[in-house]
Amino acid sequence: MNDALWYLARGTGVTSLVLLTVVVALGIANRAGRPAFGLPRFGVAQVHRDASLLAVGFVLVHVISLFFDVYAQLELFDLIVPFGATYRPMWTGLGTLAVDLLIALVGTSLLRHRLGLRAWRVTHWLAYACWPLAFAHALGSGSDAGAWWLRTVAGACLVAVVAAVTWRLSTSARATVLSGDTR
Amino acid sequence: MTRLHVDWTACQGRGHCTELLPELLAPDEWGYPRSTDDTKEPAVPVALLPHARRAVRHCPRLALHLVGP
Repeated sequence: MNDALWYLARGTGVTSLVLLTVVVALGIANRAGRPAFGLPRFGVAQVHRDASLLAVGFVLVHVISLFFDVYAQLELFDLIVPFGATYRPMWTGLGTLAVDLLIALVGTSLLRHRLGLRAWRVTHWLAYACWPLAFAHALGSGSDAGAWWLRTVAGACLVAVVAAVTWRLSTSARATVLSGDTR
Repeated sequence: MTRLHVDWTACQGRGHCTELLPELLAPDEWGYPRSTDDTKEPAVPVALLPHARRAVRHCPRLALHLVGP
């Protein structure tokens, strides 16, 4: 039973990283305000939203299965408060921090119409902190970190996010030059 | 009759509403939504209400609103 929890935690962990990568890439594509990946604009937004909710589900299973795992030795406290865990507190803490940011990101997005655009947008910048934390947590805390397949998956995720960010920076720089807007 | 109101100070012509509600909104040459019947606040037929609500929910700028009963 305990082995099953351990496998479940690892599997859902990797899946969460892949899903969060998709969410970040689509979020950036969405911001460009053009159709992308063969989807219309509202489709990019919809898949971004759905993938993020799916990621929350996988992260939830990841956290719960580790909570009941005897080797991870997590207290209820450790699920929200980072860096207090017994097992690899630093790397586990990065994951906890990413979960906290994820809660803030999804919570504010679900309440976007009540919060207003400015508060939502400011909070949504946290996504750029959330993904690197999750990425570092996967490589530092994961028991498969040394395995070639995890490195391949993590490498592909890194390439995808770096490409998306670079593309966003380059297009916004070009837009600034074209519009003469130097703010 | 429920009507569709665009908050022009918030709208940036991101185009989600014209994709989701082509019956009532069409993009102008800069991508901003223009009502297909050329009224300022197009009336939303009951059959289109769920689609209109979806477009309102999806607006990335929160610029689209339903007004009236």
